Amino acid sequence: MNYSISHLDELESESIFILREVAAQFENSVILFSGGKDSILMTYLAVKAFYPAKVPFQLLHVDTGHNFEETLNYRDQLVNKYDLKLKVGYVQEAIDQGFVHEESGVNASRNGLQIYTLLDELEKGKYDAAMGGGRRDEEKARAKERFFSHRDEFGQWDPKNQRPELWNIFNGKKKPGEHFRIFPISNWTELDVWQYLAQEKVPLPSLYFAHEREVIERDGILLARSPYIPLKNGENVFKEKVRCRTIGDVTCTGVWRSKATTIEEIIEEVATSRMTERGGRSDDKRSETSMEDRKKEGYF
Amino acid sequence: MSDKDLETQLLRFTTAGSVDDGKSTLIGRLLYDSKSIFQDQYEQIEAISERRGEEEVNLALLTDGLKAEREQGITIDVAYRYFSTPKRKFIIADTPGHIQYTRNMVTGASTANVALLLVDARNGVSEQTRRHAIIASLLKIPHVVVCINKMDLVDYKEEAFNKIRSDFKDFATKLDVTDVSFIPMSALKGDNVVERSDNMDWYEGSTLMYYLENVHISSDHNFIDCRFPVQYVIRPYNDKFHDYRGYAGRVSGGVFKKGDTVIALPSGFSTTITGIHTFDGELDDAHPPQSVTFTLKDEIDISRGDMIVRPNNQPEVSQNIEVMLCWFDHTKPLQNKGKYFLKHTSTEAKCLIEEIKYKLDINTLHRIQENFSVKSNDIARVSIRTTKPLFFDEYSKNRTTGSIILVDSQTNNTVAAGMII
Repeated sequence: MNYSISHLDELESESIFILREVAAQFENSVILFSGGKDSILMTYLAVKAFYPAKVPFQLLHVDTGHNFEETLNYRDQLVNKYDLKLKVGYVQEAIDQGFVHEESGVNASRNGLQIYTLLDELEKGKYDAAMGGGRRDEEKARAKERFFSHRDEFGQWDPKNQRPELWNIFNGKKKPGEHFRIFPISNWTELDVWQYLAQEKVPLPSLYFAHEREVIERDGILLARSPYIPLKNGENVFKEKVRCRTIGDVTCTGVWRSKATTIEEIIEEVATSRMTERGGRSDDKRSETSMEDRKKEGYF
Repeated sequence: MSDKDLETQLLRFTTAGSVDDGKSTLIGRLLYDSKSIFQDQYEQIEAISERRGEEEVNLALLTDGLKAEREQGITIDVAYRYFSTPKRKFIIADTPGHIQYTRNMVTGASTANVALLLVDARNGVSEQTRRHAIIASLLKIPHVVVCINKMDLVDYKEEAFNKIRSDFKDFATKLDVTDVSFIPMSALKGDNVVERSDNMDWYEGSTLMYYLENVHISSDHNFIDCRFPVQYVIRPYNDKFHDYRGYAGRVSGGVFKKGDTVIALPSGFSTTITGIHTFDGELDDAHPPQSVTFTLKDEIDISRGDMIVRPNNQPEVSQNIEVMLCWFDHTKPLQNKGKYFLKHTSTEAKCLIEEIKYKLDINTLHRIQENFSVKSNDIARVSIRTTKPLFFDEYSKNRTTGSIILVDSQTNNTVAAGMII
């Protein structure tokens, strides 16, 4: 008898184990839903983990106001299909109330402003665990992130004082006011995510597939033309066949020249790619350690 | 050939060592030669190396993640790295090798199928090599590869390799490591890492990559003793699944089949598995490491922390356990008669440290029995009494049902990991 299972089945089993552990160890948990493929995967795995019962977590979307329209449509369809509960936090509200100030200039982005709204929503909702779709292969500061990552009462991460994680025993003990960030798909790579979404035939937002779009080129990265991105002198708008490899705020999500119109073609492209998916994220390029700096403040 | 044979397996391995052993170079070589380094990652470390005035592109920068570490030039935590080949997907738990980071090595070793031990061919088996081998043995890593590195610096001589191999074997007789392989290599030059070396005709074994792709890991789990710690109870409360009550968990041992007679611990009630459920439909059997949901014939009271087993093959049930404990807390030592919180499979209990029997010198295996205290990174033999019975196996039989962690009740930090003897 051969009792081995494929790497995708093993990753699925591990993530389902983590999601059930969250439901068992925490009282009020939430899935951070960005509309990207990783949060879609996490939501889909949560549906699997508790079937035939409903997902025992809420979904929280932090809306910067600078969205791709396709993302919001997809989100609402997903929520309907699996009878999920959605909570939306608006960055615009924090700006209007003067809690955060909008960046100015041509590279202005609300990506950094999300942290305030995120922490505010976590506090208002009294969530004790927030699940993110972060993966360790994405970025070097994430390579050492735990599945269960403890945050103090200010939502901060202390990379020097992380709890060791051994075998599959996870310590979710905390004091009142503290919470956990949980990363159920830590061990998946970009390629694993695509292979699994293909295997499971999970429908995906159209942005991930190649389509013709108006774009501009800035610092070697293609950005989708949008009213939220003012043009610099000398920049031209042109049409290109492109797709997204990650989906975030419009102002910082690069698009890539691509001909991939099916998930199989995407896998082929990812498998032979010479650039990491975050290579198109201008928020990571601000300094050598920008991800680590943002994470310490409370970014996912 | 069945579809199963075409599927990619997952292999987890750990590497312990310092930059001096060429560990970072070895990992860099595996990533680079398997084409797992992306152009933008490479350009980034190329630019940093150049800015620092280093002559060559420093591959160690790929594996040194956090700011503090890059400033100090050392790896102080477990970093996880990923690469894959058409045959397997690999997860590397990359840990620092210095004695003050034993806790990190133990953490990385806890889930590994394979341990890579790096030996500098010029220096031979060192204290550090012995320490890593002892940890691999304590944590029962099923396969060990002694990577005899920097062969280019001893002119690729077979004698150097043979000497280290026999020294290691002499030492390993005291250990519980069953499957050991020796590979002579040069990570810097690329000999026997991914490509076969032209410089060592005398070596007839495989390259490291061939080994990692082919070592038999399907038997690394225990498929004999059926253990199912109940993790979560699924109650849908809807019309379609009105009376559904599912017991969700991850199989920790053995093969459960639909129709099997099982008993639930601690109640001891006997019943039958009526279904093994997943979102994708029912399964005929379930084995490690699958996450599934059981339905049972009789309505008996089962909740998280209980364990479903076979009547004729039960785990030990006791409030007293003997463990080899690795202490993690750098703020205070292990307290004799101290009270801690203990976590084991899906259950937890308060516990008392009844006796600290001895401390292990992890360089020599010598037992220190007088005038000692158990500080951070120490390993000790300890008797523990829990407030309620645990259902457990020896760690050597089952790494999941044989392992515990201790949590400090004031700080909530994980302060120790233990292997049940």
